[in-house]
Amino acid sequence: MNRTLWIAASAAFAIGLWQSIVTLTGVPHFILPAPLTVLNTLISSRELIAQHALVTMTEVVLGLIAGSALGFATALHLMSSPAARRLLMPVMVFSQAVPVFALAPVLTLWLGYGIWSKIVMTILIIYFPVTSNFLDGLRRTEPGYLDLARTMQASPRQMLWRIRVPAALPAFGSGLKLAAVYAPIGAVIGEWVGASNGLGYLMLLANGRMKIDLMFAALFVLAVFTIAVHALVSMLADWMTRRATGSAVN
Amino acid sequence: MVRVTGSFSYDGQRLFEGIDFTLEPGAWTCLLGPSGVGKSTLLRLLAGLETHGTFDGRIEAGDGDALTGRVAYMAQSDLLMPWLDVTGNVTLGARLRGQLPDMARARDLIAAVGLEPHRHKYPRALSGGMRQRAALARTLMEDKPFVFLDEPFSALDARTRAEMQELAFGLLAGRTVLLVTHDPAEAARLGERIAILDETGLREFPAGKSKPPRPADARATLDLQARLLKDLRRAHAA
Repeated sequence: MNRTLWIAASAAFAIGLWQSIVTLTGVPHFILPAPLTVLNTLISSRELIAQHALVTMTEVVLGLIAGSALGFATALHLMSSPAARRLLMPVMVFSQAVPVFALAPVLTLWLGYGIWSKIVMTILIIYFPVTSNFLDGLRRTEPGYLDLARTMQASPRQMLWRIRVPAALPAFGSGLKLAAVYAPIGAVIGEWVGASNGLGYLMLLANGRMKIDLMFAALFVLAVFTIAVHALVSMLADWMTRRATGSAVN
Repeated sequence: MVRVTGSFSYDGQRLFEGIDFTLEPGAWTCLLGPSGVGKSTLLRLLAGLETHGTFDGRIEAGDGDALTGRVAYMAQSDLLMPWLDVTGNVTLGARLRGQLPDMARARDLIAAVGLEPHRHKYPRALSGGMRQRAALARTLMEDKPFVFLDEPFSALDARTRAEMQELAFGLLAGRTVLLVTHDPAEAARLGERIAILDETGLREFPAGKSKPPRPADARATLDLQARLLKDLRRAHAA
């Protein structure tokens, strides 16, 4: 309850600050609309916003699931094959030096203006943090556990699935939390570059037509959605940590 | 019988040289010594674990077979998997080998170490002593002729340690046990044979004729403990 109160107070403070900037500076509404104007637009254009939000949410959720699954599988593969690790890690690190923004036009060229270029964009942006976090966790398994497993004649496969994976679940959870924050960025970048749907597209459109209040309303929905995804993923990640440390059941 | 002869170096530095160390079948051998002289390394060599150094020598079992697969291992840290309950931890070995664990036997062993009411609890919910009991049950579950103990009781409080020493000695009877310890009191209580490893090398120390576990407060035990400590310190001073 205390925490909710603080969050409410914090939101009230931010809105108050925003309103006072608008009132005190007399900035035109097409530069910075007042909070109440944005709220009005949010209500009056709710169907339009919801329609575009649904597209973005679909892209984010599908991209998040596919990217996490791909990251999980890659980390497992890199863990079990040192040769693959040596071969692929430099490529993966190098791929991170390429700005994702620069790839978006190419993806649109290859995959079209539809939902797929955005999903692939989302996958690209979250794939590396999920993979590297989980791989780090897999490699940092308590050496004593592995010693014990070796004296027990564990096969490499059992060692991976019964020791390394459960021990690395908290690290995988950290990767997922990062992914939840990055995923909407990927989808929106994709929509900016070329789309006919989605919140990113709507924001660009509203901006071009000086409907800054609509742009802010769309941005607000995107932010709320991102926070919700992050909260859900955090719950999942925390559950994995409790599972791995044995505090889920006690 | 197990015999290890040879030298071991780590990063170009000799850790021990020209040692000749034997484990008698069915007896508890205590390897006593200060920290950092290679006691654990010797145990890890025998257990077939990674030592990150170079061993130049031989490890032979009396029957000519390799030790691999015939060893159960218990360390100072209980090494219980936090995501498994007591039963899950005790049956871990079978699962890691892709076999179905013998649940009835697991239950008996958990009862034997006094954890019957706690068999579905997770390690977090157990005290240090209870966790080492669970680790002991897991070691027994492996049912191996050779049991290598790397200071498994050193992190326990004095009372729990004494109880664990007696429990482990009773339950591991008949197996060839190597106990690595830095505690002369522990060696004096549990060693049917005692070897000292320090900077000067490896040497046998007469353990006396009485059968372990020797009472901690008996004059003979205290006397043996005092002589062990004296020997350790004299070698260090020399």
